[in-house]
Amino acid sequence: MLRLARKRWRIRAFRKRRELRAVVDRTNQIAPDHILLFSTLRNERIRLPYFLRYYRNQGVNHFIIVDNDSDDGSREYLQAQPDVSLWTTKHSYKRARFGVDWLNYLQNKYAHGHWALIVDPDEFFVYPFCDTRPLRALTDWLDASSIKSFSAMLLDMYPKGPFDAAPYAEGQDPFEVAPYFDSGNYIIHRNKKFGNLWIQGGPRLRMFFQDLPERAPALNKIPLVKWDRDYAYVSSTHMLLPRGLNQVYDEWGGEKASGCLLHAKFLDTFAHKAEEEMERRQHYANSHEYRAYRAGISTQPDLWCKWSEKYINWRQLEILGLMSKGNWA
Amino acid sequence: MSVGVVMLCHTAFDRAAQVARHWAVRDCPVVIHVDRRVKRRAYDGLVKALSDLPNIRFSGRHACEWGTWGIVAATQEASTIMLRDFAQVRHVYLASGSCLPLRPVEEMIAYLTERPRTDFIESVTTEDVGWTIGGLDVERFTLRFPFSWRKQRRLFDGYVRLQRRLGFRRRIPAGIVPHLGSQWWCLTRQTLSAILENPDRAEIDRYFRRVWIPDESYFQTLVRQVSANVESRSLTLSKFDFQGKPHIFYDDHLQLLRRSDCFVARKIWPHAGRLYKTFLSDDTGSQPAAEPNPGKIDRLFAKAVERRTKGRPGLYMQSRHPNENWENGRTAAPYSVFEGFVDLFENFEIWLGKATGTRVHGHIFAEAKVEFAGGEKIYNGAVCDSAAIRDYNPTSFLTNLIWNTRGERQCFQFGPEDSQALAQFIAGDPNAQISVISGAWAIPLFHSNRNFGEIRKEAARLQKIEAEFLSELRKPWVKARVRTWSLAEFVENPMEPLQTIVDEISPRAMRRLSEAPRLADLTGFGQFLQNLRNQGMQPVLMGDFPAGDDPRPSTSRRGRPYLVK
Repeated sequence: MLRLARKRWRIRAFRKRRELRAVVDRTNQIAPDHILLFSTLRNERIRLPYFLRYYRNQGVNHFIIVDNDSDDGSREYLQAQPDVSLWTTKHSYKRARFGVDWLNYLQNKYAHGHWALIVDPDEFFVYPFCDTRPLRALTDWLDASSIKSFSAMLLDMYPKGPFDAAPYAEGQDPFEVAPYFDSGNYIIHRNKKFGNLWIQGGPRLRMFFQDLPERAPALNKIPLVKWDRDYAYVSSTHMLLPRGLNQVYDEWGGEKASGCLLHAKFLDTFAHKAEEEMERRQHYANSHEYRAYRAGISTQPDLWCKWSEKYINWRQLEILGLMSKGNWA
Repeated sequence: MSVGVVMLCHTAFDRAAQVARHWAVRDCPVVIHVDRRVKRRAYDGLVKALSDLPNIRFSGRHACEWGTWGIVAATQEASTIMLRDFAQVRHVYLASGSCLPLRPVEEMIAYLTERPRTDFIESVTTEDVGWTIGGLDVERFTLRFPFSWRKQRRLFDGYVRLQRRLGFRRRIPAGIVPHLGSQWWCLTRQTLSAILENPDRAEIDRYFRRVWIPDESYFQTLVRQVSANVESRSLTLSKFDFQGKPHIFYDDHLQLLRRSDCFVARKIWPHAGRLYKTFLSDDTGSQPAAEPNPGKIDRLFAKAVERRTKGRPGLYMQSRHPNENWENGRTAAPYSVFEGFVDLFENFEIWLGKATGTRVHGHIFAEAKVEFAGGEKIYNGAVCDSAAIRDYNPTSFLTNLIWNTRGERQCFQFGPEDSQALAQFIAGDPNAQISVISGAWAIPLFHSNRNFGEIRKEAARLQKIEAEFLSELRKPWVKARVRTWSLAEFVENPMEPLQTIVDEISPRAMRRLSEAPRLADLTGFGQFLQNLRNQGMQPVLMGDFPAGDDPRPSTSRRGRPYLVK
């Protein structure tokens, strides 16, 4: 059954290729050992300089980006970057299953045999030893350990006070303005069908989904994969097929290595974004999430509480039990 | 006299060349073997890069698949060249292309010159080996392994199983006592040449050709026949993880490697530029000549293996989600569950907090909301008091609470009015200390101002729930520390059980309780129970309360403290 599902997602991705138009294709620069980053975005111009710098520093060699009809200069900015290949589309984000189809197509075409990191422009990958070892150290170790996929839970970061109290400036580290996170309110269910864990929690659960916890957004993500053209993401980067790739957790008591995706969603840009997304109705579950936010935002929510933890580094996240070194030492 | 280095390379040739040059210019001849599966161009590049050095040789190339004879054949051939071409060599050091010398070459030469007849090779009999992965130790010598472990794993495993079932055994040649050990050794010319020039070598090689992972047993076994002075340890610092694959060293291990005082380490990540730069420069030789001491590194890697195999007890997260009974600790720390105490005592929570110095919550499984200590809306780790979120996944709720408050013991109230979803989980948790005063739920009913018909109905409901909980606590798989009293029993003598519980929570305090919590007024309680009986409901869990005979300690309600010497 899942094999058929996987085939179906891959065929669908292949059909969706027609929606994409290449703006600039530098994929001939990709060498066999390059680490690739894939992303879909819309109107994220202000975030891009820091985003690219962050991942270049980690050792990403090439960026493959789908622009969903931006009109704020994102496309022009990305086009001018020497290590970016850019596609654009005016088609529906929702009907491309929130960009998954587009990226599945590009991954199958360009990432076969590469380590691929699939992140949104507001997600910042943190892995064990990321302050002293480049991304390639991690992927080499994963290769040596015969591990094909690497988990990084989404960690929602937020400021103290209302979102617009400290504006975000272009090029700035977003975690200077939004350094807080919830350290221990994450709820885990096991998804029997796909074999993955389904994690919900953090400030969004406790602020916007108190009465409807089952609707709270999923935080489990598997963004780093040694890609093969037979693979397909099922829903965002939450789960993949074949399902063995979702087995990023140990079931016999041990800890596998894992990281976090620091989520810089709750900046001053958020209110505007939520408005826009509500009008476009292009988000998951009938934009239920954004509706809940908008209801919250109109009363100026403060996600901060006295138990909020201020981000220091990956070691802090590992001590808190949000990620693990596994047996990487 | 000097040391010769035999280097087995298959990847990262720029680093291998760098290290080979380091040895060679310091008068240590090097013989390099390159895996035959490496492309011609890479091989030629390496040869060319080292062509200016007269004391470097390249030996004939063998395919070195892991676990097969090729590695031994390569070592033999390279060693033969070493002994033939460099007469001044006394010790031969077997290294890989990803090995890195940590101490100045002169120090190593001096160390070996002081021990001219010692062979450094880990060599342990198969009975004493604890580190083989996959359970193959003596069977490496007695079974056949015609299938590739890497590419034909199923056939490999199946054939091993078949041979075991049929009782197949290869004959071990006379005079060979199987020994195992690390692949990386340092042997003297005498020992090595004795092995290589053994008149029976052809026969011995024919046998070892079909042994599994001969590079960990060939020299390790034969050295016992020819050497008088085996020091059973490897001079190469090399650590293995739980799957038997070597740990890798990175730039951030620099200080650790420095302090280890080992001569050579493997495996080094090829891009660890700082390590190569530091250890291949000449100005590292300031330490005194110490014995190798890898203790600190051992601990670091032992901890990594433990984290990978056992993990942190009570932690549930994205990469650790144990199946039931494999948790290695369902929760992170001990905690206490009290049923009935707040019903019987008026100020129990405050009293308990004072007496034990712990955090005392209300009914955290109450229907309306989570009653955190002090009425907090959000608690440690930003867990919130919403009952909907708690009931969505009660196990996550409790394990989070206990994990988030590591270092501070948690106590909470429980009762038949609460959600019972976790009763079984708590009962099976060795960290739980459960104390139950059965039937105490009747006291609030007794004090309530409700119609008796309603009270009777509610009493029947609560009694049923509590009886189920109590029967759960008597199941054979219960791992919690459980104590139960009936209400009548407890009221008779409340101090002793309280003292026992408090002592168990804070064993070091060891002080007598000087103050008891205030008992609720039980005047008329016996009659109340009788009324229930008269209405057709049979209260059984509170024990024996005769109507009209009110329990004595209820007098303490008038503010007289209950003093125990």
